[in-house]
Amino acid sequence: MTVMETTQQRQPESRVDQIPPAIRLRGVTKSFGDVHAVRGIDLTVRSGEIVAFLGPNGAGKTTTIDMVLGLSEPTEGEVEVYGMTPRRAIHHGLVSAVMQTGGLLKDFTVAETLRYAASVFAASEPVEDALQRAGIAGIAQQMVGKCSGGEQQRLRFAMALLSDPELLILDEPTTGMDVEGRRDFWNAIREDAAKGRTVIFATHYLEEADLYADRVVLVRHGQVVADGTSAQIKSMATGRTVTATVPGLTDEMVRSIPAVEGIDIRGERVIITSKDTDAVARHLLTATGARDLEIAAQGLEDAFIALTSDEQEKES
Amino acid sequence: MTTTVPNLERRGPAMGGFNATLLGLELRRMLRNKRTMLFAIGLPVIFYVIFGQTINAGDQDLGAGTHGNVSAFIMISMALYGACLATTSGGSMVSVERAQGWSRQLRLTPLSPVAYVLTKAITAMALGGVSVLAVYVVGAVTGKAQMPLWAWVSTAVVVWVGSLMFAVYGLFMGYLLPTENVMQLLSFTLVIYAFAGGLFLDLSTTASWYQTLAKFTPLWGLNELVHAPILADFEWTALLNAVVWLALFTGGAVWRFRKDTARV
Repeated sequence: MTVMETTQQRQPESRVDQIPPAIRLRGVTKSFGDVHAVRGIDLTVRSGEIVAFLGPNGAGKTTTIDMVLGLSEPTEGEVEVYGMTPRRAIHHGLVSAVMQTGGLLKDFTVAETLRYAASVFAASEPVEDALQRAGIAGIAQQMVGKCSGGEQQRLRFAMALLSDPELLILDEPTTGMDVEGRRDFWNAIREDAAKGRTVIFATHYLEEADLYADRVVLVRHGQVVADGTSAQIKSMATGRTVTATVPGLTDEMVRSIPAVEGIDIRGERVIITSKDTDAVARHLLTATGARDLEIAAQGLEDAFIALTSDEQEKES
Repeated sequence: MTTTVPNLERRGPAMGGFNATLLGLELRRMLRNKRTMLFAIGLPVIFYVIFGQTINAGDQDLGAGTHGNVSAFIMISMALYGACLATTSGGSMVSVERAQGWSRQLRLTPLSPVAYVLTKAITAMALGGVSVLAVYVVGAVTGKAQMPLWAWVSTAVVVWVGSLMFAVYGLFMGYLLPTENVMQLLSFTLVIYAFAGGLFLDLSTTASWYQTLAKFTPLWGLNELVHAPILADFEWTALLNAVVWLALFTGGAVWRFRKDTARV
C-alpha cells in the first residue's frame, strides 16, 4: 500500500488513466458471527460514474457502504477510496455520505448543524450554498427536531455537500419520503451530479436505479449478481414467460423443454421463464400436447425479482 | 459517463477538526437546554438557599484559626455539588449523542474522536463554571456567607478545577451506559457520593467505620480540598483520594472511548 502511494506522489500529472478509481473493493467479505452479510464483493467504480447499488433488503448494501466509509472493517479483503483508506479519504474531505439513519441533534437549528459540520473541514463550501442546493434555505432557522423526515434528509444531503466531495454515497436516501419529497430530492442530486461528482446510491427501488444511474450493480445475499447499464440489466432479466397447460405432464417432458431459465409447475399448468420463448413455445406445441399457450413480457419489477429472489438459493 | 479529474490534493483539518466555531455552537446549545440549566444551576442555588440561609448557626464562626462562617462553608459545599452535577451532565451528553446517532454522523466528517471528546469536556467545564458562579453570586447577594475576598476566589477556583473529575466521570459513564436517560442515574449516584463523602452531612457526627469508609469515596477528597482554604487545614490524603479517583475515571473513560471508536 505504502509503495503505491509513493508512486502516485512522484507522478503528480493527472492523466486520466492514472487516476485511482473512486472505489475499489477486492474480495470483500463481512461476517457478524454466523451471519455472512457480504460474501465476496469485487467492485471498481471509476471517477464520474453514477452507480446504483440495487438489491432487496438484507442484500448487504448497507454493510458494504459502511465499509466503504470506514465505519466498519471488512472481515476479509480490501477497501480503497481514491487509492486511500476510507478514513483517510474522509479526513481529506474526498468522500461524504447521506446515511439512512444518520443522527442529527434535535436542539440545533438547521443552519447551526451545517455551521458545526462546516467548521471541521479544512476547506468548506459556504453554508448558504449548501442550504440553497439542498433546497432548505427557507428553514435554516428551524430546530432540527421540528423538521419533517424529508427535510432532515435534505439537511443530511446539505451536510454531505459542504466539503464539495469527489464521491457522494447515498444509502437508501429516500426511505420514508413521500412521492413529492422523493422527486425533489432526486432532482437536487441529479443537478449536483451533472457537475461531474461520482455518486453511488443504494436503493431497493428499481425505478430509482433505472432513472438516475449510469450503471446498476445488483446485489443479492452479499454478492454481486449483475453489473451493467440499466438497459443491460433489463435485457438480462426481462426474458418473457410462456404459460401453457400440458395434459399428462411428466418430469421427462419438463426436462426436454429447451432454453428454460425458470419453471413453475402448478398441476398441469406450467409457467416457463426464458430468453427464447419462441423455442419454448415451438417445442411445447409440437412435442407435447400443450394447449392454451400464452407468451407474455416480464415487467421491470419481475426482472428485478427474477434476479434477486431467493428461488435459486433454495433450489441449490 | 463523463470523465472527470478528481482533485485528490486536499488537506485534512488541523487539530483533528477542533475549532472555536464548534465550541461556540456547543456552548450555545447547552445554554439553551432548560433541563441542563435547571440541574446545574437551579438545584445547587436552591440547596444553598435552603441549607445555607436558613440554618440557625449560619452566622457562627467556624472556629479558631479559620476564615469564614458556617453559611460560607455550606455555600462552598453546594457549589461543589452543583459543579459536579453540571460537569457530569455535560460529560454524559456523549451518551445522548451516541444514542441519537450523532457520533456516527460525525464519523463521516474529519472531526477526530479525540477532538470531539475534548469539545465535550470543555463544554462540561464551562457549565461547571457557570454553576459555581451562580451559587457564589447568590451567596454574596444574600449576604449571610462571610469569608475574606481571597477565600471567595480561591475556594471557587478549587471547586471549579476539582469538578474536572466529574466531567471525566460523565464522559466515562456516557460511553459506558447506552441510554438516553443516563443523567437520571448519574444524579442519583452523585447524591450517594455526596452523602458518603461528607458533603451533605457532618462526618464528625457519624460512626468511626463510616468515617473510614468515607475516605475511599470519590467526593471525600474534593470536599476536603475545597474547604481547605477557609479551614486552614490541608490533608495529603484528600489530594491522594482526588488524584486516584481522577485517574480511575480517566482510565475508564479512555477504555470505553477506545472501544466505542473501534466499533462506532
